[in-house]
Amino acid sequence: MFSDPDVQQFIFGRLTWEAIPYHDPILLMTFVAVALGGIALLGAVTYFGKWGYLWNEWFTSVDHKKIGIMYGILAIVMLLRGFADAIMMLTQKAIAFGPNEGYLPPHHFDQVFTAHGVIMIFFFAMPLVTAVMNFVMPLQIGARDVAFPFLNNFSFWMTAGGAAITMLSLFVGEFARTGWLAYPPLSGAAYSPGVGVDYYIWGLQVAGVGTTLSGINLIATIVKMRAPGMTMMKLPVFTWTTLCTNILIVAAFPVLTATLTLLTLDRYVGTHFFTNDLGGNPMMYINLIWIWGHPEVYILILPAFGIFSEVVSTFCGKRLFGYASMVYATVVITILSYLVWLHHFFTMGSGASVNAFFGITTMIISIPTGAKIFNWLFTMYRGRIRYEVPMLWTIGFMVTFVIGGMTGVLLAVPPADFVLHNGLFLIAHFHNVIIGGVVFGLMAGINYWWPKAFGYKLDHFWGATSFWFWLTGFYFTFMPMYVLGLMGVTRRLNHFDDPSLQIWFMISTFGACLIALGIATFIIQMVVSFMRRHELRDVTGDPWQGRTLEWSTSSPPPDYNFAFTPVIHDLDAWWDMKRRGHSRPTEGYRPIHMPKNTSTGIFLSGLSTVLAFALIWYIWWLAAASFIGLLVVAIAHTFNYKRDFYIPAEEVMRSENRRNQALAAE
Amino acid sequence: MSAQSERQNTVEHHDTDDHDDAGAHHGSFKDYLIGFFLSAVLTAIPFWIVIYDVFRNPMVGAVVILIFAFVQIVVHMVYFLHLNSKSEGGWTVLALIFTSILVVITLAGSLWVMSHLDANMMPMSPAHMRSMP
Repeated sequence: MFSDPDVQQFIFGRLTWEAIPYHDPILLMTFVAVALGGIALLGAVTYFGKWGYLWNEWFTSVDHKKIGIMYGILAIVMLLRGFADAIMMLTQKAIAFGPNEGYLPPHHFDQVFTAHGVIMIFFFAMPLVTAVMNFVMPLQIGARDVAFPFLNNFSFWMTAGGAAITMLSLFVGEFARTGWLAYPPLSGAAYSPGVGVDYYIWGLQVAGVGTTLSGINLIATIVKMRAPGMTMMKLPVFTWTTLCTNILIVAAFPVLTATLTLLTLDRYVGTHFFTNDLGGNPMMYINLIWIWGHPEVYILILPAFGIFSEVVSTFCGKRLFGYASMVYATVVITILSYLVWLHHFFTMGSGASVNAFFGITTMIISIPTGAKIFNWLFTMYRGRIRYEVPMLWTIGFMVTFVIGGMTGVLLAVPPADFVLHNGLFLIAHFHNVIIGGVVFGLMAGINYWWPKAFGYKLDHFWGATSFWFWLTGFYFTFMPMYVLGLMGVTRRLNHFDDPSLQIWFMISTFGACLIALGIATFIIQMVVSFMRRHELRDVTGDPWQGRTLEWSTSSPPPDYNFAFTPVIHDLDAWWDMKRRGHSRPTEGYRPIHMPKNTSTGIFLSGLSTVLAFALIWYIWWLAAASFIGLLVVAIAHTFNYKRDFYIPAEEVMRSENRRNQALAAE
Repeated sequence: MSAQSERQNTVEHHDTDDHDDAGAHHGSFKDYLIGFFLSAVLTAIPFWIVIYDVFRNPMVGAVVILIFAFVQIVVHMVYFLHLNSKSEGGWTVLALIFTSILVVITLAGSLWVMSHLDANMMPMSPAHMRSMP
């Protein structure tokens, strides 16, 4: 393009036309599909004139409910990407035997499994967990928003920025080929000179800012903004698990940030923290990344445990069995999750005493988890169980998660781990607990709180269909992997020689197709429910005979959540209020103080994304410009004094009266 | 102070209108003066140890300086960050204890793990081989 290569390099860094993968038919087709879909979406928004609405009501919103829903949309979009990677991998494994090389060359296959892991953990599970916590928790404690509403909006956009960087690697350059934790020395500059690992690092760093800030925000909300009378031992269990999860986030994510920063220094300025020579030690990276990585799995599972607790007690019509033991189990898991990280690398060379210590702590952590399972079972015992869709997911979880937990205890035995390490048995185990625990929990949560978020229930038939496809699909996909793992097959292989293994991979791929149907029916469920929203309408705000405070307000809740701050006397506050004959106040409304929308979050995140892109491609002038831009926008925001407003009492009265009339008409 | 902080943990703070009644202890002029004096002294002593080579043995000197550094941290937390068991209804002290536990686990654990990592290495030399069990 430019005759002078120096000028070209100054302007574009190492970005050249070579980085655009137009020679790869798979990526080209994907790009065409994404581009057409994107143009159609943008065109539709323009055609219906919705840009102003989206910008004013959603993108710049500081309302925790809307931010929660946006987190959910981001997560479901990323689920589709991550799942496409999964089905590509499994198809490759099912056909690539003997002379057949399959359709994914090794360098592409390596990017696919890395992207699958990164996207599913960081950009599907984390945002969806945050979505549910963000939406539900303030309602459960009777608050009007989170403690720092602007920070919440900023956190969301940083997460979205990280996701955008990761997605961009599909069409501009490449993604890491290192596995989802990018172990050095493979991820060092010597063995991964391209942009793949840099996309990985900056995607996670940008998203990590959002995750950490959102953790601080939600902790502050729970500690400072509970309704009067709500002591810690009257908190709903989901709020307790949210608190513990966010404590884990705040304590663990800085370790990830620091570890990735050291790796960045190794790659960008030639330090030797994790290199093989000059005093570096790659094993330190593995040690550090798992000090973050093990708490991370509890960050994902604890909110799911909270969701199951709410669902079980609601749909069995009983107070949760063993509330106090549930709380203590959650807190014990929070602490113990910091004492087990070495079980991810038993085979790295530690002696018997270290391995035995971490093996035993790992087995101990199954005790509080087991206590929780028994609490749910005893809640169901003699309960009046209603098999609504959230309850189906919960029962599917209890069966599936117990299997995953038991294989986890098997893997916790160091001698067994030496046989199974980095094999498909491990892959089957962690998908067993993450799908069976986290995904089932989030699906239960979506089905349970959807009426609260949108004012109508989700369709039962399609919900149940989706559940059965997911459940059977899960077993078909991962049970063969347990078998293969016991036979010694290792992970991350894209070609096999032994034809006797093929049948197991084919069963596994069949299972993945069932899960694809599960995802498709889930999307159909949302579309069908939207079309039938008038039939499925929930006027009462309490469609399931709920027990906690979020069911006391309307569905969807007004901007201010509660016209009057509730006063709490008992655990299961809303159940207690209903039992004592609660009636809605009709007068005495006061103006409500609310935070104002702001676009600073979206600008800061956009600039961070540009900064990350510039750093990935060594476009230094752009990096400097966007960094200065970040400082300017951040400082300018501190001069914005118009941050709050009052909803006038008349408006509160109008919206509450509408609700009262709707209730009376019911 | 303590009564107020406990009360607002349950009642006052819910109202979004109140921003200023944070439960933290803000400290008096006297507290800041004591803190400043202590940290100045605690900084001066290590300098004195290094400049005049008080202990002759650098190892002892380093350990003593680390002890002063630790005391310095405590002084900062108490007098400048106003950490006591009463502020914020005990939350700050709880957070400090939790953080300390995690830091100790992380540092001690990493040192233990990393010092152990050649336990299962293959023997690299004949001498090494002879010392194998």
